[in-house]
Amino acid sequence: MKNFRCNGLTKSFGGVHVLTDMSVEFPTSGIVALVGPNGAGKTTLLNILTGFLRADAGRVFLGNRDLIGLSPYRISRLGIARTFQDIRLITAISVIENVLLSRPNQTREHLLSALFYFGVPAEEVQNHETALKFLRAVGLEEHSGILAGELSYGQQKLLTLACCMATEAHILLLDEPMAGVHPKAALQIQNLLRGLRNEGKLVIFIEHDLAVVRQVAEYLFVMDAGRIIAGGRPTEVLERPEVTEVYFG
Amino acid sequence: MDYIVHILILVAIYSLLVVSLDLALGHTGLVSVAHAAFYGLGAYTSSLLAVRFGVTFGVGILAGMLVAALASFLLSMPSLRLHEDYFMIASFGFQMIVFNIFNNWTELTHGPLGIPGIPPPRILGWKIDSPLEFLLFACFFASLAYFLIIRLTKSPFGRVLHAIREDEIFAQALGKNTLRFKMIAFAISAALAALAGSVYAYYVSFIDPTSFTIMESILIMSMVIIGGAGGPWGPLIGAAMLVMLPEELRFMGFSSSIAANLRQILYGSLLVIMVIFRPRGMAGRFGFGR
Repeated sequence: MKNFRCNGLTKSFGGVHVLTDMSVEFPTSGIVALVGPNGAGKTTLLNILTGFLRADAGRVFLGNRDLIGLSPYRISRLGIARTFQDIRLITAISVIENVLLSRPNQTREHLLSALFYFGVPAEEVQNHETALKFLRAVGLEEHSGILAGELSYGQQKLLTLACCMATEAHILLLDEPMAGVHPKAALQIQNLLRGLRNEGKLVIFIEHDLAVVRQVAEYLFVMDAGRIIAGGRPTEVLERPEVTEVYFG
Repeated sequence: MDYIVHILILVAIYSLLVVSLDLALGHTGLVSVAHAAFYGLGAYTSSLLAVRFGVTFGVGILAGMLVAALASFLLSMPSLRLHEDYFMIASFGFQMIVFNIFNNWTELTHGPLGIPGIPPPRILGWKIDSPLEFLLFACFFASLAYFLIIRLTKSPFGRVLHAIREDEIFAQALGKNTLRFKMIAFAISAALAALAGSVYAYYVSFIDPTSFTIMESILIMSMVIIGGAGGPWGPLIGAAMLVMLPEELRFMGFSSSIAANLRQILYGSLLVIMVIFRPRGMAGRFGFGR
């Protein structure tokens, strides 16, 4: 698996330094938690890693490939999918259509195939089955036919996760996947993350609940004021004085 | 009878225009006020080819569609990268430029004098010149455009367009090249508007720039919004309503100058009423009341 890392990332908004010469190397697979107080730069880091924001300086690499300057869709096609802090879904289409939309390399997404391919390609039948599999995994199979906008907040979070998984990406960046969801749904999400880890994927998630981090994460990076201040096994990292200082003052 | 057939031909031509704009505006969320420019590019290209070079209508129509599609890339390539409000402003500028070319490049377009004597189309020796034949001619192309748009929008290609309309960032995060999809949808929309322009030119046999003003773009947009964007029947309802309703003014005894102004007031009022009380239009899938 390709190594995912960034070197010397710097980003400012106006005069506010959000990331300062930040470098981090992620493991090739496993569950990585990214924690830190509000304003530490976690979401900015995710936005830069996925091409939604341009860094002022620094580089992001997947293997030897430099990702800086690539558009978000190109980065996604390289196998880096993400979810957002706010729920982003197409609420006017059905739940299963959201997952189908997420499937990569669809023949009839090309103009000529859309116009001149008559009948349903085998690939679409397969995609439908796969979409149902992902919906089953997040417990939304029975809601597959309703509009995504009719789901509850927690269910929508689960659907965003299903969409992210349906891209078949190897690296999943999840921005607060458990924030605001019912504890039962949060447990379900934790199990999904473990499932993804068992498939050999790399899951990087932002989280505020340290109890959840201890339970799920295998690696932890703590951010403060645009820098990584600690990284390693969660049990060790959370004991370090600089981390307790950031969290508990 | 001829009057009714004439109205039905206009409904068919406007349906074609509305369904084409609906692909960009309704399905993809691209707010463009340049549709009359593409309509005019089709009309002028096929008319000039027919009058000056005796080119057959089939070739003329295809040439018009090609010119409009290429012109759409000139507009969309730089401006679709920008926020949608800027795209609308760019489309306004494009509409004004194209209108001024029609109006001022007199060597080519005859300016305000227009292009007279556009020959009726012929298919395998059959000359289409009676109103009923033209009705069939216009309905054929309108149906073809309907079929094309329904096929596109019901496919995974259309699903991506709907995603772009609702949340472009989400579509990008899923690996969709949204700029490419928007440019293709806009080019198809422009090409079909040009097709409507060619059909119109062959029907009226005379064109001048006054048929392709920004008011025409706004009328077509009003038809989409009032009929309803994204639904299969919306374009037809919108075109029929806004072509037929103003015709009533003719029978109310208003002079033509007053009737023309009343027509604008009617369009404007309907638009405001629909956006406030029925943002999805008469039979739309997507609303404009965001």
